[in-house]
Parts: sequence; structure tokens; C-alpha cells
Amino acid sequence: MNEQIQEVLALTNRWVKRLSREKFSMLFTLIQPMLFWLIFFGNLFQRAADVQVVQAPNYMSFLAAGVVVMTVLNNGLAGGVDLLFDKENGFLERLMATPIRRSSVILSRFLFVMAITAMQILVILGVAFLFGVSAETGILGIALILVIGMLFGVGLTAISMAMAFSVKSHGDFFSVLGFLSLPMIFLSSALVPLAAMPGWMKSLAFFNPMTWVIDAIRPLILTGWSEALPHVAIALVVLAVFDGLCLYGGARAFKRSVG
Amino acid sequence: MSDAVAIEVKGLGKTYDTVTAVKDLSLSVIQGEIFGLLGPNGAGKSTTLRILITTLSPTSGTATIFGHDVVKEADTIRRLIGYVPQERAIDRFLTGREHLLLLADLYHLPKNEALTRIASLLKLVDLDEHADRVAKGYSGGMKRKLDIACGLLPNPKVLFLDEPTLGLDVQSRLNIWQYLRQLREQGMTIVMTTNYLDEADQLCDRIAIIDRGEIRAIGSPKDLKASLGGDGVWLTLGDSEPQVVETLSTALKALPFVRAIRPTPQGLDIRVDAPEKALPAILETTNRVGCRLDGIEYHRPRLDDVFVAHTGRSLTDQPPEPTT
Repeated sequence: MNEQIQEVLALTNRWVKRLSREKFSMLFTLIQPMLFWLIFFGNLFQRAADVQVVQAPNYMSFLAAGVVVMTVLNNGLAGGVDLLFDKENGFLERLMATPIRRSSVILSRFLFVMAITAMQILVILGVAFLFGVSAETGILGIALILVIGMLFGVGLTAISMAMAFSVKSHGDFFSVLGFLSLPMIFLSSALVPLAAMPGWMKSLAFFNPMTWVIDAIRPLILTGWSEALPHVAIALVVLAVFDGLCLYGGARAFKRSVG
Repeated sequence: MSDAVAIEVKGLGKTYDTVTAVKDLSLSVIQGEIFGLLGPNGAGKSTTLRILITTLSPTSGTATIFGHDVVKEADTIRRLIGYVPQERAIDRFLTGREHLLLLADLYHLPKNEALTRIASLLKLVDLDEHADRVAKGYSGGMKRKLDIACGLLPNPKVLFLDEPTLGLDVQSRLNIWQYLRQLREQGMTIVMTTNYLDEADQLCDRIAIIDRGEIRAIGSPKDLKASLGGDGVWLTLGDSEPQVVETLSTALKALPFVRAIRPTPQGLDIRVDAPEKALPAILETTNRVGCRLDGIEYHRPRLDDVFVAHTGRSLTDQPPEPTT
């Protein structure tokens, strides 16, 4: 057990080092979602969006939960990229020829992606605060937002890693990634509440786990505990199923790839 | 060199969906030798190597390292071996020292031991001055030195190297050979793949020639060359009548030190025992028969000839086969 902790910490440390050596990449990773979506999109639609429709004091406060989950989505889906490169250049093979538990590589990646995601969520909530949006449920609510976000992130990262281990080339990986992420956002309650969507989009969004996650986080920011808790409970059930499926698929892809 | 067996491979096979990468491969590596897997790209060398380092499972056959099965006792094997992949497997954002520190944790070395060993390895491969630069700026030779230091970090009983000098300049190449010879002196068993004939010839104690997934020949470079049957003399004959060449061939066959004669498109390929006697006699015979001689070439048997003899083609003619 001690040995596995040593392995996971060493491997996680490598991801941190890599990120810190890519200063620009780090900067843009951190500011992209909140800059683009929260500040631009939020302010742009501040007047265009009907507060009766979004059921929030203003569009920015409605959007905050969506941007939090979009960040989780982007980080999660990109979570396997570094493993993909490791697989392609042979670094993964170097790691696999050492006496480590096979799971350590995967665990280090989860740990790293979740840590980055948590930091980004905090930054987004901080920026939202600067624009006058603060979480109704306070510190405890923010902690719960982080937990829900990370539970969603685990499943997404597992999908991404499964893809990294299965694809023949990284071109395939990035096409699938690009294809997945925007529809996931538009077919969810991130930008518009389900009730305001055209019927066919609504039915698709209903089956998007992202919708349920956003619907749990939004009242934690907008209204308060009594409104939020039922949604949180539903989201936890959805996430249990979602994560279970993703982890199972991920484990199979990993086994097939590295034995 | 003791004759204890370090690696025993029996009937090893690896088949992907439709492609057979390695077929019924058997060999043994003796403790303390440098064993080379020689063959063109896609011949199955890397597949064999990957099975031995436990990162690929065979579809048939067995392989053991010091008695441990590479599939069933993979974790034990991983503690016995070091691996030097091809140079691309370097994280260009990490420094040389960070590569070694990472691996030290993966081999579960205690901190103090790790630090002393890393310092001495960096010195050994002459990288201590560059140890704290990120690998992005390393030359090919430096990356390969770092790779070797990484492979040696666990103090392995067997060191596996994948094309250790591919694409390196001559000086770096000689340095690498030098390290590997030093390691052999210390009793380490070394297994490497190569598609360089001179590397196999000068560095390896024994080689296995692999082509299209099968072993074509195994032995020391010297024995393999000797098995070709003598030194080679190539005659390039001018446009002589076929029956004149025939007469010459018969006359040469009668000479005591000529062992074999084979016609070639240009003339004749003659295998001889004692070149100092054979050459004048061959020239004299050619003149006597009245054959026009455009060229004569004499060479000691080369590994390339061995390769051609066993595979029917030269190692330098790379066939378009799928790499795995």
C-alpha cells in the first residue's frame, strides 16, 4: 500500500511539473472557460436573456452553474490527452516495464485532473462573485459543488482515458473530443433551462447527465438548501450510474491496451 | 562468462487480428552476454522484446527470465530488468534528474539510496552537467545517455535495449558501445535489438537473425560468418560465352582451396579457404581459359552475407512490412 502511494504521488508530481513548465498552456487552461463563457457570454446575454425564462436575478447568475459544469466537462474529456501522448511516444511503455501497480498511472491522472478541476471551479465562482453572483448556500454549498463536479469529472476522465487507450491515432481522439463537447453543452441546461427548449432538444437534454448535474448545482448557487437538496439527491444517483458505466468501460479499455 | 541461462524462450508466438508478428520463436540467452536481435524493421524484434519486458502478452509459447515466467510472474520480472526504449520516450518537459527521480519512486527505492545512485549514474553517462536542464534541449546522444541511466537505475540483472544507437552520430554510438561493454564486464546480461550489421557484429556476443517473425539463425557473429564456408572471391567477367564461363567454373572447382562456386549475374562467387594461394591460382586459371576479367573482389565473410544466406535478401533492402 505504501508502495502504491509512492507511485501515485511520483506520477502525479510529474503531471504537475509538466503543467508548470508549460506556462502559457497553464494560463489558458485556467482562464479560458471563465473568460469566454462566463464573462463574455454572460455579459453578452445579460439583457437578451429573459429573467422570467431563466428564473434567476440575471443571466450571469443563471449561467454560473453551467460554466462550472462546462469546465468539468472540458477538463474531464481532455483528461486522457497526456496518456495518449505517453502511449504514442513510448513513455507509457517505460512506466509499464517498472514494477508499479497498473492502476497507479490511472489514479495519478484522476488525482491531477480532479485537483485542477477543483481549482478552476473555485476560480470561476470567484469571478462570478466579482460580478455580483454569490452562492446562496455558502461555503458548505461550494464544497458540495466541488464534490458533485468531481464526481462528474471522474466519469468523464474515465471516458477520455478509455478513448486514449483505444484510438489508433491522436487525430481520431481529437475529432471525437471536438464532436462530443459542444453538443454536450448545447443539449444540456447549461445555457438555457430545459423548460425553455424546443421539444426535441429538451428530450435529448433530458438524457444528458450534464443536465442533472447542472440542475443540482444551480439551486446551490441561486436559491438555497431546501430547493437544492432534492436535485442533489437525483444528481448523485445519476452520477453513480454514469461513473459506474464509465469506469467499467475505462477499465476494460485499459486492460486491453496494457494487459 | 558462466554458462548459466538467463533467458529461455520457447515456441513464442504473437498474433494480432490478422498479422503474425512473431512465430514459434525459441532462443536462450546466457548470463553475462550481449545478445542481439538482428533484423529489418517489422521483423518481430520489438515484439519479442516487449514480450520479454512484460508489456505485451504472447499468444503462444513461454518465456522465462531467471526461471520466472514473463506472464505469470510479470511483477517479479519487472524487478529484475531494466529497459531502454527508443529515444522518443523522453518527457521533454522534465529534466534528466527528474526522469531518474520519478523512476526511483516507481522502483520504490529509499530516498537516500536513490539520490546516491542517481548521482553516480549521471556521472557514469556523463550527463551530470546537464542533469537539471529540461530534456527538450538535449541532443539525440544525450537523450540516449539519459535512457541508459534510466535503464540502469534499478540495478537490473538483465538490461533490455531497443535500437540503442538508432540515428546517433558515430561518437555517441561508440560511447554507448563502451558503456554496454563495461556493463557486461560487471556481469550484466544485455539483450538488444538492432538493425545495424556492424553493431551486431562488433558489440554482440551472440545474435539471432530474425526475419518475418521467425529466427533464421543463431550464433556468435564469428561462427555465423564461418558457417558460410570460407572467404569470398567475386569475379566480374566480361561478355564471355556461357560455355567459357562453364569451363572456367569447372577448372576452378578442381583447385584444392576452392570450396564452392556459385554463378552470379556478373560472374562467379567463389568461396575459398586460403586466399593467399587461391587468388593467384584463380587469376592464372581465368587467363588460361581465356575468360575476360573485368573485376575481382576479395572479402572476408561479412554479417550481411550471413543475412543474405539465411533470408535471401540484404538487410539494407527494407521490405514494406507492417511494424508492430
